[in-house]
Order: sequence, then C-alpha cells, then structure tokens
Amino acid sequence: MPESYESSASRDQSVAEFDSQGRTLGHRLQHALHVTPSLVPLMVLIAAVVVFGLLLGQRFLSPFALTLILQQVQIVGIVALAQSLVILTAGIDLSVGAVMVLSSVVMGQFTFRYGLPPGIAVMSGLLCGALCGLVSGVLVAIVKLPPFIVTLGMWQVVLAGNFLYSRNETIRSQDIEAAAPLLQFFGTRVEIGGAIFTFGVLFMLILAVVLAYALRFTAWGRHVYAVGDDPEAAALSGVNVRGTLISVYVLAGTICAFAGWTLIGRIGSVSPTSGQLANIESITAVVIGGISLFGGRGSILGTLFGALIVGVFTLGLRLAGADPQWTNLLIGILIIAAVAVDQWIRRATV
Amino acid sequence: MTDPILSARNLVKRYGHVTAIDHCDFDLYPGEILAVIGDNGAGKSSLIKAVSGAVAPDEGEVWLEGAKVAFTSPNDAREAGIETVYQQLALSPALSIADNMFMGRELRKPGILGSWFRMLDSAAMQKFARDKLTELGLMTIQNINQAVETLSGGQRQGVAVARAAAFGSKVIILDEPTAALGVKESRRVLELIQDVKSRGIPIILISHNMPHVFELADRIHIHRLGKRLTVVDPKDISMSDAVALMTGAMTPDDAAA
Repeated sequence: MPESYESSASRDQSVAEFDSQGRTLGHRLQHALHVTPSLVPLMVLIAAVVVFGLLLGQRFLSPFALTLILQQVQIVGIVALAQSLVILTAGIDLSVGAVMVLSSVVMGQFTFRYGLPPGIAVMSGLLCGALCGLVSGVLVAIVKLPPFIVTLGMWQVVLAGNFLYSRNETIRSQDIEAAAPLLQFFGTRVEIGGAIFTFGVLFMLILAVVLAYALRFTAWGRHVYAVGDDPEAAALSGVNVRGTLISVYVLAGTICAFAGWTLIGRIGSVSPTSGQLANIESITAVVIGGISLFGGRGSILGTLFGALIVGVFTLGLRLAGADPQWTNLLIGILIIAAVAVDQWIRRATV
Repeated sequence: MTDPILSARNLVKRYGHVTAIDHCDFDLYPGEILAVIGDNGAGKSSLIKAVSGAVAPDEGEVWLEGAKVAFTSPNDAREAGIETVYQQLALSPALSIADNMFMGRELRKPGILGSWFRMLDSAAMQKFARDKLTELGLMTIQNINQAVETLSGGQRQGVAVARAAAFGSKVIILDEPTAALGVKESRRVLELIQDVKSRGIPIILISHNMPHVFELADRIHIHRLGKRLTVVDPKDISMSDAVALMTGAMTPDDAAA
C-alpha cells in the first residue's frame, strides 16, 4: 500500500481529458456492429438469397420456394428464439428439443388417452413446457449449477420421460384431423399469390418481433442482458438476478411447448421420436445469428436471420442438386466465422 | 456538534470463526467526507457492507437521521437514500450509459404504453443521464447510448459516481474509487467527489491511497482489527503517523503525545 505514496508525491495537476477518439472506417464498422449485432447475419442472409437467386433463377426466387424456406425453418426458428433468451443470460439449454417433443406428446396423449378437450390438452402441454423450464431455472438460479450440466441432465430426463410416457406410440395424422383439429392449428395454411404461409410461420415471425420488443424496450429485457453480461454487477445495481433467470428459463420452456404444438401442425402426427436435432440446430441458428455464447450480447432478430440462413442454404443447395453434405460443411464454416466475428466485436473496446 | 446522519453502534459480524467486525462504532456527519482507512483484512469493507445493507450484521444497531434502520439488502439502503459505488463498479459493460444509470429502477412511459406494454421511457432516461453527467462535468462523453465498455476506466468510474450522485439523496459510499485508475484519471474522479460534496451530500470514502485520503477527507476513521481504533483530523496528523496507527506500529495515545 505505501508505495502509492511516491507515485503521488509528484502530483499532476492537469485534468484528464475524456478525448473522443478519431475513428477509422474499421472502427466505425466495428461500432455499428456493436450497436446493431444482427447486421452481420442480415447481410449474409441477403447475400445468400442473391447468390442462389442468380444461380437458380425462378426456381429459387419464386414466392413458393421462398415461403417453403420459412415453413422448413419454423420449428427450429421458434426453438432457436427460446434458445436465444437462455444464451443471452450466458446459459445454454440443451433440453429445448426434448421439452418440445414432450409437450407435443402431452398435448396428443391428453386428448387421445384421457379424452380431454383439445383446448385443455394444449394448455396442459404448454404448462408442461413451462414446468420443465421452471425446474431448469431453479437449478440454475437458486441451486447455482452450471446451465450446461443442468440442461444436459434435463435433456436425458425429459427425453426418457417422453418415451416412457408415450410408450413410443405415434398418434396418426388422420385421427388428429378427425378428433382434435385444434392440435394441428399451426399447420393451417394461408395462401397469398403463390406464397404459402402457415400459422406456424406467422407465429415464429410474430414471436420474434414480440421478443425483440421485450428485450429492447422493457426493463425485463434490459435485465436479461445485464444478467448475461455480468450477474454480480447486475445484482449490485439492484437487478433481481434469480427472478430474471427463472423467468427466462420458464419462458423458454413455454416457447418450446409452442414449438411442440407447431410441430404437430407441421408433421400432422404426434411422434415421440421427432425433433431430435432441435437442440443442436437451435444453437447453430443462435450462433450464426450473432448472439454471443458468453451472454449479454446480440439481438434476437439475428437468431431469426440465422435460422433463415440455414434454411436458404439447405433449400438452395438441394435445388442446385448438390450433395446435402455441402450444406453441413457450409453451415460449419458459417458457425466458425460467426464466432470469429463475435470475438472481433468483443474486442471493440476502442 | 450536529447529530450524525448515519451512525452505527456495537456492530458485530462473524464469518464462521472469523470476526470481521468486532463491536465497531461508526459516525458520519452531514456534509462531510469521512475516509475509512485500515490495513487489508481490517474489516473496512465488511463495515461498509453492514451500513449499506449488503450484509446484515449479527449484532448492533444502525441509525440513519436519528431513526433506527435494519437493511437486509442493498435495495433497502438505496431506497433510504444511501448509494454505494462498489470497487467492482457494478456496471454492465455491454449496455449503454443510460441503461446502466437506471438499471434496476427504470422509468416507464406514461399511459397505456407503459402500463400495458411495459415500454421504457428511453428519451426521459437519456435526458436525465445526460443532465447528470453534464452537471458533474462529464460532458466529454459524447453519446449517452454508447456501451460502457467503450469508456476509459476514469469515465466508467465517472458514470458510477454520477449514478450514485443522481440517486443518493442522503449518503454516498465510495469503495476504492481510484484504485484501478491512472494518475490523471484519479484526479478527475477526485474532483468529481469534491463536486458531489459541494452539493452537501456526505460521503464515505474507503481508500488505500493516503494522499487522496488526506486531500479529500474532513475526518479519517482508522479501522484496525475489526473496530474503530480512532478518528483523526487529517490536519492534525501526518500520513506516516496514520499508517503507523492502522498497522499497529503506534497507538492513539502515542499519536496524541
């Protein structure tokens, strides 16, 4: 301690100036990305659409093909929105796919095994998703276990629970259509010109906008970012860290249950073996969307763009007749590139 | 002499076998800067946490403006008008200056937008933040929406002090405000502290930096082995004597002699 004496013996009376830095183009770009992190995936998305449009012409740029992409990404897109919330708090949710499938199974089995009205069954499915989220949230926020471990465990528990409870039975599409069309609600199609939207697609788009609003313009959203950024600083600033974390996991679980409902609309049937890759695919969309895995940074619209980028690559390469492995290869490169860009933005402290 | 604005009597805080605060008294008078100095592990931070609500003392009483208070969280103390700038600053690096100033007490828009859609009143918060920074001479921060991590250490400390000054109506506690700063940035923060004091808000300053303490403080509370050893006037004592007192090389009787 006393060594600070000498240094201050010669006191400097001049006052530190808070100088504004001269910015180069690189700095400005970095700053813009810092402020609007979803710009990168948006640009990649537009570039991908343009490139495939030039290569494939009308086959790709038709309303039908473009809306087909939306339909193909709707499930992963909705799950990825839930994943984004968790990742923004510097967590990760490996159980999203399992929660989605279990919720859809609950909706189906409550209707067909117990004969409950479809409305009640759907509510029960949504509640099931929320409860799964609550368990994860409490384990993360109050027991203070690492999110990776908690959700790795929850993934196995929920998935096994799903197979045990459903007895590995699939509920056939025709039965659902006849007895409980409400379960297929999100499969309802709206046709505008050649473009085909399903309610599931519209739900994904509306959910993205609502979440983007909540994260940007409400105190809860600011708290989600603050908790992901530095939980101790957030707590000292007066943020209810536990409450925020639990609310995020419960909301994520509920959104996964909605994804489960959408899944029934998409595939028609209730199948306990569907959606197995949803957790990895959702994390992929989030990372390509520019949300930092270290929490506190990124925009949820980026996730939507990330999911769409994957959809554009998948459909574009398939129409071009390429081996599907090219899709995986390109997605892998995109993931690494996205994280590299994230690191660069992070270094932004100009 | 006037009554103390914030005082504590017989505070005790134990962590297992360690007694961090051992029947400690504490007094802060209106309008003063009280420095708290002590060796590492003497219990300064524990004492400050006990009066600012970050920890609940095992025994003893805290009084604010003559009324007994028992804070159980920093939010309690904050509502009572005691703001603390923690050593680790408590700012979220990726969020903007305005977001940080209002973290945990955001303003919502009036009307349906605020009550139904929970929309924040960003414009009002930004204006308030800008006004506060201007008041404290931090105008050189150009953009109130820039992320805190793009600021220098001194600017960040400035934002933290401005937040405390904006909301701390009764007492402001600063824990090692210059510890992480260079010479020039420290000067800027010291001036900020004097600015805040000139508004009549009393300040508790915890610091290891003797020249800063002797420059700013009206009184110095010397903490040793979990209690208040003595309170001295910086005009009556040399820096080396103060250090001798806090390290135990000298007793208060020697100092008086």
